[in-house]
Amino acid sequence: MARPIIEVRNLSKVYQLGSIGATRLKDDVERLWQSLRGKPVIRKKGEFWALRDVSFEMQPGEVLGIIGKNGAGKSTLLKILSRITQQTQGEIILRGRVASLLEVGTGFHPDLSGRENIFLNGAILGMTRAEIRRKLDEIIAFAEVEQFVDTPVKRYSSGMYVRLAFAVAAHLEPEILIIDEVLAVGDIAFQKKCLGKMSEVAHHGRTVLFVSHNMAAIRNLCSRALLLDHGISEINGTPDSVITHYLASTAGQLSTHISMPPGEGSGAFPTSLRLSALDGTPQSMFKIGEPWKIQLEFELTRDLPYVIAAVGLRNVESVALLTWWSAPSDLVIGQYVVDFECQIPFSAGEINFVVGISSHEQTLYYAEGTSSAAISEIAVGDQPVRSSGAGLIAETQRPIIRTA
Amino acid sequence: MKPIHPKLHRIDHFKKPVQDDYEIILRPETSWIHLELKGIWHYRDLLLLMVWRDFSAKYKQTLLGPLWFLLQPLLMTLVFTVIFGKVAGLPTDGLPPLLFYLCGQLSWNYFAANFNSNSATLVNNAGLFSKVYFPRLIVPISALISNLFTFGIQLALFVGFYFYFKTGPGPALFAASWRALFLPLILVQTALLSLGVGLLMSAITAKYRDLTHVLNLLIQLWMYATPVIIPLSKFPEKWRWVIALNPMTTIVESTRLILLGNGTVYPAHLIDSVIVTLLLLAAGLLAFIKVEKTFVDTV
Repeated sequence: MARPIIEVRNLSKVYQLGSIGATRLKDDVERLWQSLRGKPVIRKKGEFWALRDVSFEMQPGEVLGIIGKNGAGKSTLLKILSRITQQTQGEIILRGRVASLLEVGTGFHPDLSGRENIFLNGAILGMTRAEIRRKLDEIIAFAEVEQFVDTPVKRYSSGMYVRLAFAVAAHLEPEILIIDEVLAVGDIAFQKKCLGKMSEVAHHGRTVLFVSHNMAAIRNLCSRALLLDHGISEINGTPDSVITHYLASTAGQLSTHISMPPGEGSGAFPTSLRLSALDGTPQSMFKIGEPWKIQLEFELTRDLPYVIAAVGLRNVESVALLTWWSAPSDLVIGQYVVDFECQIPFSAGEINFVVGISSHEQTLYYAEGTSSAAISEIAVGDQPVRSSGAGLIAETQRPIIRTA
Repeated sequence: MKPIHPKLHRIDHFKKPVQDDYEIILRPETSWIHLELKGIWHYRDLLLLMVWRDFSAKYKQTLLGPLWFLLQPLLMTLVFTVIFGKVAGLPTDGLPPLLFYLCGQLSWNYFAANFNSNSATLVNNAGLFSKVYFPRLIVPISALISNLFTFGIQLALFVGFYFYFKTGPGPALFAASWRALFLPLILVQTALLSLGVGLLMSAITAKYRDLTHVLNLLIQLWMYATPVIIPLSKFPEKWRWVIALNPMTTIVESTRLILLGNGTVYPAHLIDSVIVTLLLLAAGLLAFIKVEKTFVDTV
């Protein structure tokens, strides 16, 4: 087996709090003066461990996705691997050239033309002039700036700027590529192009480290994923399992009684949204495939015709899974109850609720609940299950292949 | 919590990629003698592109373009000639005042230009350095090279005036000497000196941002402490060694000696100047290398 192309062992990074930001000579002199006068000087304001004992390895050709909440240490890890800053403890071994994309358009000079900036930016990212010359036409074509390539970059629109910057970066050929959420820029057509290029790069055997909040991209591009939480590497495994773990850990408050925001006085508002098993026992976590019941109670403060109450289910990525509408009825002032029985098996994850009440198709109330239900990773009957994708599970019973 | 033991390790050298033994090991270290010379060689294309960028951007930004490189020393020289030469009547070592001041400007400007470009490198390029890695020494070194072109232009100006005075009316009271061959060495010394000082100031301003305001003052005062306007010969003999502690003193006087045939240069001062230059270079490199590893965290 080849040696790992990246080895990270016990990596830690500490920031000293209180001295972040420019120190001024004036401050240090004052502090010195205070300490000379015998007054107690508050020096340490504490430490912040951005990374704590992180270890992992990467084989050549792997694509590793790094996910985690904001502040978990992802960018710090990338900065240290890119040699932009230095770790406090721990060791890193790199067995390939590294190119990092932490920002688009690094080093672009506004007065130079697009062509000149391609050379400058390419060189900053580690390419040789010969390499850039070879790829110049490809880069210009990818960025779609053929007409503007000799105009100073300060005249470019922001879209053109970003396209050009990404085009240069996309044509890097390092052994190891490190990318930090750079792709969330530009219009949809461009984003698709970027993801396409990323996918091409990833499947060409290049080793890639990818930080993103876009779970779909991580699922599609990465062969493995790493979850960072408060500087600690929580779990390292297949993208699906790591993403599930991540989403479970960020799950909102589970509750059998979903609290809904109050109405705006339009005459209809929910009074309660309760979750339970089919027999009525309150429950907030369900197994895959287990049927459950949603009971919505609402109140009308005036007579309303053709009332429809609806409940929408969304997963934690806010993808709409399912919406149920009740049958319409003409109602008078009073309190009402609707039961929705859910027999559809959803895949593991958090479920959020949206309630809507309308009269003659005009919305009187529409809001999202602040707590959630969850589908656990275990299936009914404890049978092994494969679940993937947003929401609907592919199968709990897998069809058997037979000869034609 | 385990105590942090700083280890004295060096980063393994850059080998050409794709070889089986290509390996870079990164450890927290406080080793001070660690030069990424091989890294700079690897990024040599970037170095050249940055030189080109510095020059080209200056060229494109100003109305007059390269003419500005000539105008500035010319104007300064004219002002000095009129104010210090004619009005104040300061001595110029027996040399034509215009040439005297022009020669002083020539040798001083290269140092000053490098100082201005490099004394706040880390702070000025914080944005770039915090987003991408390349050996950071490349930025000050590229400034040294691009300022060399400016020096070349100003040298041409000087040569023009020299021949005007030599072949023009009036007795020829000065002569360049065969020692002109030493000019490149002096240039190298100036470059190393300004690199050392620049790196040292970059390291200091990275920690103490407010000192960037002092830099301007510093270079101006330094000029007055150097015999650019008043020749060393004007100072009483027993105090000349004090002025000569400033390495630029010998550099400016030597340049005048070489190009115009009259300058006050003692061998002792020369040796002292070189030693101070090397010390400042070493101090600058050490300070810069130490600070650049983590300044991104606190800038």
